[in-house]
Amino acid sequence: MESVGLPLGVQPVTQRRVVSSEWTKLISLRSTRWALAATVLLAIGIGLLACIVFETRWAHLSAHDRADFHPLSVSLAGINFAQLALGVLGVLVITGEYSTGMIRSTLAAVPRRLPMLWGKALVFGATAFAVSLPATFIVFWVGQAILSGEHINIGIGDPGVFRALIGVPLFLTAMGLFGLALGAILRSTAGGIAALAGIVFVLPPIIGLLPTSVADSIDPYLPSNAGGAIWTITPDPGTLAPWAGFGVFCAYVAIAMALAAVLLVRRDA
Amino acid sequence: MIELRSVSKSYGKKAAVRDLSFTVRPGLVTGFLGPNGSGKSTTMRLILGLDAPDGGEVTVNGKRYRDHRAPLHQVGALLEASSIHTGRSAYDHLLAMAQTHGLGRDRVEAMIELVGLGDVARKRAGTFSLGMRQRLGIASALLADPRVVMLDEPINGLDPEGILWVRNLLKRLATEGKTVFVSSHLMSEMALTADHLIVIGKGELIADVGVREMISGASQSSVRVRSPHASRLAEVIAAPDVSVRSLGADLIEVKGIDAQEVGLAAHVSGIVLYELAPRQASLEDAFMEMTGEAIEYRAGDGDSLAAAIGEAA
Repeated sequence: MESVGLPLGVQPVTQRRVVSSEWTKLISLRSTRWALAATVLLAIGIGLLACIVFETRWAHLSAHDRADFHPLSVSLAGINFAQLALGVLGVLVITGEYSTGMIRSTLAAVPRRLPMLWGKALVFGATAFAVSLPATFIVFWVGQAILSGEHINIGIGDPGVFRALIGVPLFLTAMGLFGLALGAILRSTAGGIAALAGIVFVLPPIIGLLPTSVADSIDPYLPSNAGGAIWTITPDPGTLAPWAGFGVFCAYVAIAMALAAVLLVRRDA
Repeated sequence: MIELRSVSKSYGKKAAVRDLSFTVRPGLVTGFLGPNGSGKSTTMRLILGLDAPDGGEVTVNGKRYRDHRAPLHQVGALLEASSIHTGRSAYDHLLAMAQTHGLGRDRVEAMIELVGLGDVARKRAGTFSLGMRQRLGIASALLADPRVVMLDEPINGLDPEGILWVRNLLKRLATEGKTVFVSSHLMSEMALTADHLIVIGKGELIADVGVREMISGASQSSVRVRSPHASRLAEVIAAPDVSVRSLGADLIEVKGIDAQEVGLAAHVSGIVLYELAPRQASLEDAFMEMTGEAIEYRAGDGDSLAAAIGEAA
């Protein structure tokens, strides 16, 4: 047996070292690859499918349907599904550590704890953005090429289009980080996913049950609606301006992350 | 060196650790002994700062664990076997741990080699047997050449060869001057591995004693004598180095002289004997006796604790 007590290059724990560790953790899990693949497939697949349907059925559509049609939002039809895939991955990035017990090893290596949360947010946020940016541009270009068969496409130079295309990956990244924060607060995979899906999918229809005058003043500020403003170029009256809406969404994410940080430091692991 | 001073910790209303103070010194293997649920794992979590104590102070090599700049170099810990993400390979787990302290792939490979996981290092840890997970946990603990090695039940799930390997590893680490702190609920295992013992029950310190001291206590044999005149016999054999303990109305336990001498003394004094039984106390007996005595000073928890220790031992 060789000696265990080798003289070693042990270095102090730094934020940069924690980031490399978190990067290794993220890419070494199968669930990461699955969720990222699902994000890309949903964003591109559903968007292209919607474009194909509109292109082939265009001649038979009613005037009403044609009035509702918007080439950008059709090609981005998959984003609403992709946000769930990335949000769930965000939850798993932290709750997977709690459910397996890995968190004990992680916090033994980084007992100050916060560098771990920042490291996860940075690594996962960058990955989410790096994956969703090309997916957005691919589905836009291919989708518009399909729609051009009926000359109903839109160009990247048209007003608001480029901003929306940058807005999509920003929105998806923020949604992933929202999932991460909710997972860190609730420390349970089921709880985190339920909270995320509840806020994104269940809250808007519940608000819709309120009297219209009340609902209309709350609706634009719901996380998903506020965040969605960044990638909408034909806003409904009453929605927030693109960057203002995204700012509101980022504020929700920041508040959730701050709560997660406080709880991480205060609670027993 | 691990130091606990008056440490207490409750979860809800249940006290897990009560006013616990002890010191674990370098250069020795210190066994941490107690029945299941006695607070061993909680104590280890407090040492690593995973849980915060309600009161008291825990330091490792003079500082709180979280205040060390390279904590894994201070304490390498194996906690309850499942502190690994089951979806990650052994190699990636160790690499992620190593990177936090600026260590590279060479060190990871050396640790995998050391614990004998070379063939399965790229497989997901979820497919590992308990024994393999223990080996991975030990590799993880030794990664950053820690000054304190703290292992929670490291021999659980290991085969006899693995147990021997762990035993030798712990002894060698202690010889290298490291602080080695190993928990177990098996007295017999600790007797073979440890130099010093810290025994807890219900979250309280029962004993802090050298193993040699305990073994010398255990090697003292006794004689059980049953006689209708037991008390008179006790007077007859009384001497400075003889101790007599009454176990019942007509039953005494004698230490310091052997059965032959007791029998002779009884004959000379005309005392009838119904029973004369020499007994060699086992290590477990000594352990029970020691913990039993310790508990008598603490009202209330004696019986169930002694029973629990007896079961575990």
